[in-house]
Amino acid sequence: MDLSTVILLLDSSVRLATPLLLACLAGLFSERAGIIDIGLEGKLLIAAFFSASAAAYTGNVWLGLLAGVAASMVFAGLHGLASITFRGNQLISGVAINFLAAGMTVVIGESWFALGGRTPQLEGAGRFHNITLPFAEAAQGVPFIGPIYHDLISGHSILVYVGFLMVPLTWWVLFRTRFGLRLRAVGENPAAVDTAGVSVVGMRFTAVLIAGVLCGIAGAYLATGLSAGFVKDMSAGRGFIALAALIFSKWRPWYALMACLLFGLLDATGSLFQNIQVAGISVPVQFMQALPYILTVVILAGFVGKAIPPKAGGTPYVKEQ
Amino acid sequence: MTETASADVPYAIELMGISKAFGPVQANKDISLQVSKGTIHGIVGENGAGKSTLMSILYGFYKADAGDIYINGQLTHIPDSQAAIRAGIGMVHQHFKLVENFTVVENVILGAEDGAMLKPSVAKARKLLKQLAEEYQLHVDPDSVIEELSVGHAQRVEILKQLYREADILILDEPTGVLTPSEANHFFRILDGLKAEGKTIVLITHKLREIMRVTDTVSVMRRGEMTDTVPTASTSPEELAEMMVGRKVLLRVDKQPAKSGKVVVDVRNLTVRDDQKVERLKDVSLSVRAGEILGIAGVAGNGQSELLKVLGGMIPATSGTIEMNGAAIDLTGKRSDGQSRRARGISHVPEDRQREGLIMPFMAWENMAFGYHNDPAYQLNRLLMDNNALKRITADKMQSYDVRPPDPMLAAKNFSGGNQQKLVVAREIERNPDLLLVGQPTRGVDIGAIEFIHKQIIALRDQGKAILLVSVELDEIFGLSDRIAVMFDGRIMGERLPDETDERELGLLMAGVSEEKGAA
Repeated sequence: MDLSTVILLLDSSVRLATPLLLACLAGLFSERAGIIDIGLEGKLLIAAFFSASAAAYTGNVWLGLLAGVAASMVFAGLHGLASITFRGNQLISGVAINFLAAGMTVVIGESWFALGGRTPQLEGAGRFHNITLPFAEAAQGVPFIGPIYHDLISGHSILVYVGFLMVPLTWWVLFRTRFGLRLRAVGENPAAVDTAGVSVVGMRFTAVLIAGVLCGIAGAYLATGLSAGFVKDMSAGRGFIALAALIFSKWRPWYALMACLLFGLLDATGSLFQNIQVAGISVPVQFMQALPYILTVVILAGFVGKAIPPKAGGTPYVKEQ
Repeated sequence: MTETASADVPYAIELMGISKAFGPVQANKDISLQVSKGTIHGIVGENGAGKSTLMSILYGFYKADAGDIYINGQLTHIPDSQAAIRAGIGMVHQHFKLVENFTVVENVILGAEDGAMLKPSVAKARKLLKQLAEEYQLHVDPDSVIEELSVGHAQRVEILKQLYREADILILDEPTGVLTPSEANHFFRILDGLKAEGKTIVLITHKLREIMRVTDTVSVMRRGEMTDTVPTASTSPEELAEMMVGRKVLLRVDKQPAKSGKVVVDVRNLTVRDDQKVERLKDVSLSVRAGEILGIAGVAGNGQSELLKVLGGMIPATSGTIEMNGAAIDLTGKRSDGQSRRARGISHVPEDRQREGLIMPFMAWENMAFGYHNDPAYQLNRLLMDNNALKRITADKMQSYDVRPPDPMLAAKNFSGGNQQKLVVAREIERNPDLLLVGQPTRGVDIGAIEFIHKQIIALRDQGKAILLVSVELDEIFGLSDRIAVMFDGRIMGERLPDETDERELGLLMAGVSEEKGAA
């Protein structure tokens, strides 16, 4: 494998890791506040659909992004309403959101565009294009560092950079600010937050809505950055992989980055090396594509060690007598 | 400013005509209370008497239906905890409101941060904590994580939290329930120190001895009403108990000396390792004779639970032997479960009645069958259970054990703690066991019910049965036991006769100080 192949593989990994990372951080905010979010998948999907639709309709990808984030936030709000306000079961609410998104996108898509659930192909200003970082062209000639900078670091859509910058930002918010302290506390012991005179409901809703925003960006990236339009079920289980990455990362932002890059790498390997030969036997392409999922099972079953989730996760807060 | 007191200094707390109902239940009825500044005021009452509701109203957890609150003479509206904190009121709850995986300093600043960034708050808190620690003997490492702290230290954090918020009025809800005697003594010294600094303290407790030891005035609540407020110096525990229950109560258990017979259960070199391979019981040997009560004293979590569970067939033993009436019983495998134990004449009133003794959503008569569902008296034929017989038997037992209300169709969760415990005690004692295992028989139980349960245990002893009692309440251990064994760190530290020891000596044993070390 020469340098350019490695760079190609890593470049692809970065693109594929981005939606995972954003969704994973979304889950991190939500679950750190004690709200389990298995509706990441549904939020990704609904955001992808509405961002593609709005971008196709207006021809402006930024309006698309806005529409995607808004749709995802509406779904996040639903999840909050069900699980915080009405103290419903968070898993069921999440499942409902996934079903709702899977159904709604196809039905509305067919009614609006009559393309079998697709949105029209996005072109020009309707898509996020790759941006070239300063000096990328100039640096291209420098051996080793040049190609890495030009081909790997430079030349991604703006949302990729947003995704990666979210990691230090999330860490900083969680561990260096008052908001983060309260958010983590509300996921561990909401009664402590309540008696300290801080609104548990307010904190949890804020966290859930932040998850909505991040999922919205991830979904918009899927439809307007990674591909050029919405396709039925295009989230393809990424919300669940993000959930796995979240457990794998033990609800920590930097670990989440590592976990998502790993899953991105596996995904990229699967699509880049479709015909791989191991000891003379060609590995079926399906196996390569299934690898991320197999690895998820293996990792979660044995290699994570003890992943201790936020203590109050999944339990609605009720003031005791 | 409204003048509310005849004295020049207004009362720190003055409640006027506070009422609060939850549905049909009137939790607080027209309650008035005055607490002078710089005093310690005790509130006693049975469970459900309305103490906690009243304090929750003062702390803004509940809104009163009627009545006014004056803080330092000023009419104060307290719609939420934030308002209570602003008014200088701090509350230490019975179950600590701490974030277990946060450090002390993080817990202290939570909700009282100075700005959006943590760093300045942490720095300030660290400095202030050091100062407060010196001032009030509240030493605790600001960087240790709560889950690594002892209960006594965690409680200090709770108090520090309130002091950090500049609380002048501290409400303490059952603060000593989880402390060892020496921790409790230290705690009282802290309270004295706080009082000397002019803080006002409201102490809710059911331990009358503590009321006598530390308070200046005491109020008694019964069935949602404030029955009386008296200066502590002019009352006695007996009088307080009578006011709480509404009739004369025997605080001291009335019993004859034991007429102990042959050894019923003989435990030799019992060792138990848990799933993490930690030794919970270390080489424990003891025996209980017919007609005597062996009391096991100790701070919770020092192996008493495991001892009860092995004897009761809930967990297997790693090594050692147990002989029941001279014949060994299985400590592992199929014949070591609760049912086999019951067949050998061992009944068990488990420590945690809500998790181990009862199924809370099930009705009383269903709960009455547990462990004995194969009893022929409960069978209609080989297939079906005789539910009607079971209900009838349950109703009889409820009558004779004074379970209120005596309704077999009521779910276990709808009974008060004391009545739940009576259900369990009735079920286990009525099987006429040779050995009764009793864990924390009166935890969270009203004074009236405590008296009743204690009488039943003594009566069983007087029938010549062996009883193994585990309790963290030293008063209970002293009151019931014919012999006392103290456990610490999975070991029996020593055995004493109740007449030949005192609380101080037991306290030392409970803290792991053995005779040899104590003498050195």
